[in-house]
Amino acid sequence: MNRHDIIIIGGGPAGLAAAAAAREAGVEDVLILERDVRLGGILNQCIHNGFGLHTFGQELTGPEYAERYADKVEELHIPYKLKTIVADVSADRIVTYVNAEEGVQTVQAGAIVLAMGCRERPRGALGLPGYRPAGIYTAGTAQRLMNVEGYSVGKKVFILGSGDIGLIMARRLTLEGAQVCCVAELMPYSGGLNRNIVQCLNDFNIPLRLSHTVTRIHGKRRVEGVTVSEVDENRRPIPGTEEFYECDTLLLSCGLLPENELSRAAGVKLDRVTGGPVVDDKLMSSVPGVFACGNVLHVHDLVDYVSEEAERAGRQAAEYVRGGGGDGETVVTLEAAGGVRYTVPQFIRPDNMADSVTVRFRVSDVFRDRSVAVYYDGVRVSKRKKRIMAPGEMEQITIRKDGFKAGIPKKITVCVED
Amino acid sequence: MNVNDKEFFDVCVIGAGVVGCAAAMELCRYDLSVCVLEKEEDVCSGTSKANSAIVHAGYDAKPGTLKARMNVRGAELIRRLSRTLDFSYRENGSLVLCFDEGDIPVLESLYERGIKNGVRGLKIISGDEARELEPAVSDKVCAALLAPTAGIVCPFGMTIAFAENAADNGARFRFLTEVKNIERCGEGFALTTSGGAVRARYVVNAAGVYSDKIHNLVCEQKLKITPRRGEYVLLDREVGDLVSHTVFQLPGAYGKGVLVTPTVHGNLLVGPSAEDIEDREDTETTPDGTADVKSKALRSVPGVPYNKVITGFTGLRAHEAGDDFVIGESAPGFFDAAGIESPGLTSAPAIGEYIAALIAEKSGAAPKKDHIDKRVGIPRVAELPAEERSRLIKENPEYGQIVCRCENISAGEIADTVRRRPGAVSLDGVKRRVRQGMGRCQAGFCTPAAAAILARELGIKMEEVRKNAPGSELIKERL
Repeated sequence: MNRHDIIIIGGGPAGLAAAAAAREAGVEDVLILERDVRLGGILNQCIHNGFGLHTFGQELTGPEYAERYADKVEELHIPYKLKTIVADVSADRIVTYVNAEEGVQTVQAGAIVLAMGCRERPRGALGLPGYRPAGIYTAGTAQRLMNVEGYSVGKKVFILGSGDIGLIMARRLTLEGAQVCCVAELMPYSGGLNRNIVQCLNDFNIPLRLSHTVTRIHGKRRVEGVTVSEVDENRRPIPGTEEFYECDTLLLSCGLLPENELSRAAGVKLDRVTGGPVVDDKLMSSVPGVFACGNVLHVHDLVDYVSEEAERAGRQAAEYVRGGGGDGETVVTLEAAGGVRYTVPQFIRPDNMADSVTVRFRVSDVFRDRSVAVYYDGVRVSKRKKRIMAPGEMEQITIRKDGFKAGIPKKITVCVED
Repeated sequence: MNVNDKEFFDVCVIGAGVVGCAAAMELCRYDLSVCVLEKEEDVCSGTSKANSAIVHAGYDAKPGTLKARMNVRGAELIRRLSRTLDFSYRENGSLVLCFDEGDIPVLESLYERGIKNGVRGLKIISGDEARELEPAVSDKVCAALLAPTAGIVCPFGMTIAFAENAADNGARFRFLTEVKNIERCGEGFALTTSGGAVRARYVVNAAGVYSDKIHNLVCEQKLKITPRRGEYVLLDREVGDLVSHTVFQLPGAYGKGVLVTPTVHGNLLVGPSAEDIEDREDTETTPDGTADVKSKALRSVPGVPYNKVITGFTGLRAHEAGDDFVIGESAPGFFDAAGIESPGLTSAPAIGEYIAALIAEKSGAAPKKDHIDKRVGIPRVAELPAEERSRLIKENPEYGQIVCRCENISAGEIADTVRRRPGAVSLDGVKRRVRQGMGRCQAGFCTPAAAAILARELGIKMEEVRKNAPGSELIKERL
C-alpha cells in the first residue's frame, strides 16, 4: 500500500491552506484529494467580492481568493488529484479513493486533514409542503449554474432563507435581469452577514420578511408560485396570514450542514450542534492523527477565518507526523452556555497548548450591548462588551496559556451576559 | 399478424407503470406485437413511483379475492424475477403490531386469512418477542404477527426491469402519448392519442388512477376510481437500520395506521396517510398529511428521528369502490387491470402473467421461440468489490468519475440510463434508474453535472433538459 505523510481531503480554501501550512512546517509528502475539476472548492462559484479583507487587506472575489492559495500550492509543488472522490476513511487512517485514471486505490496516511466543506439543507429536509416541480434550487446550486455553467435559472424568483448565499444570489439574479420578489426568513433575524443585507437586499429594494416561511409550493411541472405565511414565536405558520407570490423559481438558503459522512466512517466523534468533529485546541478529532478545518468542522461566516483555522490544522498535522507534541493527560472542557450555541475547539489539552488558542463560537440570538463572559470553573476571568452579536456572524475569544498560571481549570465556560 | 403495419399491434397496453410494464413483459413471452402507450415522458411516473415499496406477504386480502390471489403469486414471482431481471429486492419480513390485548382476535384473524391465502411461516409472537426482533418498537406492543416472507423492493428498479425486458423482447414504448379515445374498429380497436392514431386487436387498460376513464370509453358497465392520496417521509440512510422488518400497525379504532420500514437502498420510509381526493394529479405534500404520518408512526417506533428526513412525497392509489382489483376481459378484446391499489406493486407481475395468459389463449398466440429471459441492469459500480470496480473504470473511465456523491453514482452510470431501452429522457428518469440525486443532498451538488450528461447523451441543449415532462425545464436561458 502506498503511504503519504499527510493526506488532505478536499481542495477548497481549507484544504489548500492546510496543505501549504503543512509543507511550510516541513512535511514534504503532502497529497490533496479534490473531487471537482479544479482546486478552489465553492469559492470558484462565488464571483462576488468581499473575500480576503482580514487575510490580505484587500477585497478579492472568490476565485481570486482561491487562486492565491492554489498558486501557493503550485509554487510549493504540492501534488493534488482532481476529479477524485474519497470513498472511505478508516480509523487507522487508510484512505480509499476513486478516480477515472487509477480506479480504486487505498493509501495509508500518517495524518489526515478533513476539509470536505459543507452542503446546503435541501427542500425535503425543510419539509416544505406542496408540489415537487422544476425550479426549486438551493442557492448554491443556482449559483453554480449561473456563475460556473452560465445559465439563468429563473426570471421571477422567491428566496426562502436569508443565509449569505441566498442574499448574494438575490443581488446576482437582479443584476442578470431576474426579478427577486422577496426574501423570507423563518427566524426573527437574518441568518447572513449584516453587510450582505445592506449590499444585496437594501441597495436593490428587495424586501426581507422576517418570521415568514413558505407553506405551499405551487406548480406541477415548473414552479408557478409560493404561498408564504407569517410564523409565531414557535416558528409555526399563523393561519390567515397566507399570501401568494407568483414566481417561476424558489431558491433555498436555509442553512449549511458540514459534510461528515467520511468522518463518521472513520469513527470521528461529531458535535451535535456544529455537525462537525469534536476537536481539541490542535484541531485534532477523537481519532488520533485525523484533523479537521473549515466548513466541515463548523460553518464559517468568512473564508478568512477558514484559512487561518486550516493553516493551524496543517501545522498541527505536520507536528503529529513528526511525532512532536504528545497529547498530555490533562483535558479542559469548553462549555457553551447561555446564549452561546457551541465552541470550536470543544476542549483544550493544556500540557502542550500554544501560547494562545482562538476559540470560535456563534450566539443563539441577536444580542445588543451584551457581553461575552468567560468563566474558569465558575469564576469569571473576563467579560467583554459587544455592541451587537448575531447568529449569522462568528465570534471569538482567546485562551492564553499564561492564564492558567493560577491553576488549570477543568472547565471553561463561554456565555453571553448583561 | 399484421407486423408489417407499424401502426397495428396485436396488443396495446395503456400505461407504463409497474402493471403496464409487467403486462407488456408477460405478453412478449408470446408471439404477439406489443405497444405500450404512456402519457408521461417515462415509465414508472405515476402510482408506481410513490408507494411503500413493499412486497406484501399476503395476509391482508380477503381469501378468494383477486387481491389475495395476485398478492401471493406476485410475491413469488418477484422473488424469482429479482434475480433473472436484476433488480433490488430483499426478504426482510414484516411485523403487524398490536397495541391492545383486546385487539388480539383481529391479529388472529389476519393470521387465519394468511393461512387461507397460502402464506408461509406466519407466526403470532408476544410483545417481548417483537421487541427482541426489533428493539426500536414501542413498549406498548403486546403482540405481533410475524410474516417472514414479506419483502422490500425497489419499485423503480422493478418497473424499469420489466420495461427493459419487454423492450428486449420486442415491445414498443410510446411516451408523452395520452389516449384520448378508443373505438371499435373491425376486429380490434382504434385508439386516438395525443401522439396520433394507433390500432390494436386487444387493449390492456393499466392506466392507474385513470383506469376508470379508459374503461368507460369502451365498457357498458362503468367504473369509478377514487385517487387515494398517501404522504410519506423518507429518512437518511444514516438511520435506515432503525428497524430491519417492515413494521405495520394493526388496523384499529385510531385508523388504518402507517408503516415504518427500511428500503432496499437502506433509507427509512414512513407512511402513508390516506385521503380520498378528486384531482388525479394532486401529489402535493401537506402540513397536515405529513404531521399525521409522523405522529402515527411514533406509535409503532417512538424514536423515529425526524430531524433526519431528507424528503417527503405523495403517491396516489387507484381505489375502486368494490375494494378489489378489476382484472380480466371487461368487454370483448378489452382487458382491465384497474383499481390496482395496495397490494398492487406486489401483485403486478402476477397481474401481467394472468392477463397475458388470457390474451394468449384468446388469440391463440404461441410462446415466443427466442424469448430473452435475462436482463442485466446498469452496474452499481460503487457497490462492486474494488478490483471489479477498477476493471470497469479501466473499460469506461466515466465509471470512475463520481457525480452524485451522496449515493456514489458515476458519470458512466448516468450516461448508461440514456442508452438503455426505454432510456431516460429526464432527470427524474435518471434518478429512478440509478439513484442520482436520491441521497441526503437531494441533487443539490450533482444537478448541473447530471443535467450536462443528460444533454450530451440526448443531443439536446441544457435549456432543453427537463425534470420530467415538457414544461419542467430546469434552465431558463443561456446567460
